[in-house]
Amino acid sequence: MNEMSPKGAQKHLDFEKLESVVIRFAGDSGDGMQLTGSQFTSSTALAGSDLATFPDFPAEIRAPVGTTFGVSAFQINFGSTRILTAGDDPDVLVAMNPAALMVSLGYLREGGLVVVDTGAFSKRNLQKAGYEDNPLEDDTLAKFQVIELDISSMTLEAVKEFGLSKKDALRSKNMWTLGLMLWMFGRERKPIIEWLKSKFAKKPEIANANIAALNAGHAFGETSEMSSGIKRYQIGPAKTEPGLYRTVTGSETMAWGLVAGAKLADLKLVFGSYPITPASPILHLLSNLKEFGVITFQAEDEIAAICSAIGASFGGALGVTSSSGPGIALKTEAIGLAITTELPLVIINSQRGGPSTGLPTKTEQSDLYQAVYGRNGEAPLPVLSTCSPGDCFFVAIEAVRLAVKYMTPVMLLTDGYIANAAEPWKLPEIDKIKPFPASFAKEKTGDGDFNPFQRDPATLARIWAKPGTPGLEHRIGGLEKSFETGHISYDDDNHQKMTEVRAAKIQGIENDIPEQKVALGNGKGELAVVGWGSTFGPIDQAVSRMRAKGFDVSHIHIRYLNPFPKNLEKLLKGYKKVMVPEMNMGQLSTLLKDRFLLEVIPLNKVSGQPFKIRDIMSAIQKNLKGRSS
Amino acid sequence: MTEHVSPEKLTAKDFASDQEVRWCPGCGDYAILKCLQRTLPELGTRPENTVFVSGIGCSSRFPYYMATYGFHTIHGRAPSVATGLKLANPDLDIWVVTGDGDGLSIGGNHMLHTLRRNVDLNILLFNNEIYGLTKGQYSPTSHLGTRSPSSPFGSIERPVSPCSFALGSGARFVARTIDTDQKHMPTVFKRAKEHKGASFVEIFQNCIVFNDAVFGEFTNREAAADLQLHAVHGEPLLFGKEREKGLTLNRDKLALEVITVGQGGKTIDDVLVHDETNPILAQMLVNMAPPDFPVVLGVLFCQPAESFETSVTKQIAAIIKKKPGASLDRLMRQGRTWEVKA
Repeated sequence: MNEMSPKGAQKHLDFEKLESVVIRFAGDSGDGMQLTGSQFTSSTALAGSDLATFPDFPAEIRAPVGTTFGVSAFQINFGSTRILTAGDDPDVLVAMNPAALMVSLGYLREGGLVVVDTGAFSKRNLQKAGYEDNPLEDDTLAKFQVIELDISSMTLEAVKEFGLSKKDALRSKNMWTLGLMLWMFGRERKPIIEWLKSKFAKKPEIANANIAALNAGHAFGETSEMSSGIKRYQIGPAKTEPGLYRTVTGSETMAWGLVAGAKLADLKLVFGSYPITPASPILHLLSNLKEFGVITFQAEDEIAAICSAIGASFGGALGVTSSSGPGIALKTEAIGLAITTELPLVIINSQRGGPSTGLPTKTEQSDLYQAVYGRNGEAPLPVLSTCSPGDCFFVAIEAVRLAVKYMTPVMLLTDGYIANAAEPWKLPEIDKIKPFPASFAKEKTGDGDFNPFQRDPATLARIWAKPGTPGLEHRIGGLEKSFETGHISYDDDNHQKMTEVRAAKIQGIENDIPEQKVALGNGKGELAVVGWGSTFGPIDQAVSRMRAKGFDVSHIHIRYLNPFPKNLEKLLKGYKKVMVPEMNMGQLSTLLKDRFLLEVIPLNKVSGQPFKIRDIMSAIQKNLKGRSS
Repeated sequence: MTEHVSPEKLTAKDFASDQEVRWCPGCGDYAILKCLQRTLPELGTRPENTVFVSGIGCSSRFPYYMATYGFHTIHGRAPSVATGLKLANPDLDIWVVTGDGDGLSIGGNHMLHTLRRNVDLNILLFNNEIYGLTKGQYSPTSHLGTRSPSSPFGSIERPVSPCSFALGSGARFVARTIDTDQKHMPTVFKRAKEHKGASFVEIFQNCIVFNDAVFGEFTNREAAADLQLHAVHGEPLLFGKEREKGLTLNRDKLALEVITVGQGGKTIDDVLVHDETNPILAQMLVNMAPPDFPVVLGVLFCQPAESFETSVTKQIAAIIKKKPGASLDRLMRQGRTWEVKA
């Protein structure tokens, strides 16, 4: 792990050591920036650095070439320290065209490094990006270090022996750029070369052209003079727990978590879904895991998707559905059906910007109200959230456990950022997770028709009887049922009782979940910063830095949003102030006020971009004026 | 009901739940319920392997009255719930009970996709051309000019033909029957159950309260012989009191015509023979309407193909065979991993 520089690069011993670096790759949607970023991520992870990524791409598949709205970016923060966010301000910006520079330059820190492909800075491209004058020729970049390279023509030169068309040849310029970046940050080319060979196994000329471009970019760094301003940086491996690691996205871990959860519950997994950004990757991944007996059903719409999952659960399987906010809205009536028929179901919401179609590819946490409150009638259900790509695995398993044990739909809130972002993940030992096999009614007890609403006195969960079992024939449905017999009942006292029982069942889950812990800091004090979901990273880093400066501030991260952990109220009331940063207009703030009559200070952001550590640090400072010790 | 061991001993009573039936007196649904309770034991059906899934509407109360498994779901979504159930357990015999509003209005999309996927479900669509449970509004099958609370001056929407819709959706079994015809209904139910794949059955069902006798023109005893044509595969398409009338194909107009055998030089050889595997003929038959044509009943189209859940199960089995002993642990450890040493 210590071999930071590739062999043959030994002559460059003048590495500048850095704790961490943020690079933003930006280019046209067709420039392959997501691919460049994810390959750089792989190589960086293999070098043992901790990292976090932020793919930031437009909703259009291929916007007109060269336009600002077609810019696709991939940001990676990596270092030898603990990395929890994709970084506030990039240190390095790779801009593949003028539009990318126009859109991304504002993110770059002052004094940061800009690498531009001058080959793409034609008059026409400048115009499309909205530049009146060439920014490479005026003082636009005065505050930055700039490396101007004609990447386009150097790529053409590098791949010329493969006889590709100019258009095809230019498609390798992302690999040329990646080669240079790998050299600059001392990362290995080997895993990427292997990946290219396998990806283009059927088109060796494309594989070879890309490899040639990658090598040429790398060699360029190697042979260029120092006067060109190109330096190398050394970022050592992070100190992490021993174990076997890999990089994962939240979609991957979610899919694996569902498979693991179904296995632990000893149930067949039936996943009903309808394509929607940014939730579709879970459908794609599960569709590719048929060797585990997973059944995926691409329904005709969101409603059919959840209804098929409910039907599967009625049949004794584990029904799961997945969508994003607008799709969850369509599923709402069916969620109510699963609540009243008390069937297990996992509903995953990969949140995105709303309302309506909103910002499909940007992240928000604005579906918390929808999850907790958003149904007709008194319809409580457990709501869980995930905080990072790796976390999805465990939360998915927990959602399955609760759904099966309590015979209830469970809402699992993740978001587009977690779904797409990558992080190194220590592989879990699955066989150490305690199984929670589902149990089914075996035979009828008592006289008359079988009553499917017999309850476990401890959990209040109803009995689960599988169609196909003789003697347990029963009917369930959306009409209110008698507490005593399970038949339709319009009795007023019965409805009161059933409503209370359903609520008590969900509330009782607080006895079955871990007590709320303090993620960082003390169990009481001046200020608690309380978050949920994907804001974990920036909050934790901000609190950590402020604590290092002597501020009395702690971080509390809530995974269980309904019901809340039993001790949460007491814990929060032990702080003089509670601040809640959220990527919405204050939904957890409302929930905390609602449940605990707690005064909270909201910190809200709905720009489609994650919180910056700096944003949260300055809010902490503001709320702890003069309290630094 | 656990004690039943030999299938032949079951009777209609074994399929009736202990719940009081609450349709309006004289509703056509009673006749359908009785018929199914009577027919299912005759077909060797086991209550524990049978599930009735319904949506919302008068007809959708059906599952509560059957002593089988049942799921009264939400408006229009019964085919979707039934699809998930069938995927979870392909061995179940699943009946979907729906109506013209439930199945063709709010649930029209699911009906289309369930039929084209060919999920092995027996779908019974009770068509009464009216929204009964919400007190009588016109439905997507109401004929033009239907007066109702929401169309006091007569409806101005052209209706959909359920069987034509089903054929257009790619259904591979389409049949039609009448609630009051206790002899004909069982034969259609039998065929529907035997058919592997989605079976679509339209039942003309009389709503005595909000749309009484809407099908009276061809269901009343006097008119029945002249305005009902019972199609039987391989037999000539004949009707009339003396079975003297028949359907023939006018080749110039590419249209059906009614002829009388023995008149105008027409013989029995001019009468079309019903071929239930012919989708074009089926489409022509289902669109016939009085007074110029009889209403066609029976199995109008039947052309089996592999059912959806069978294909799903087969594909999974083939992949498991190719990649036996799947291990999540192994899957996660594949590809680019690295070891951090202590």
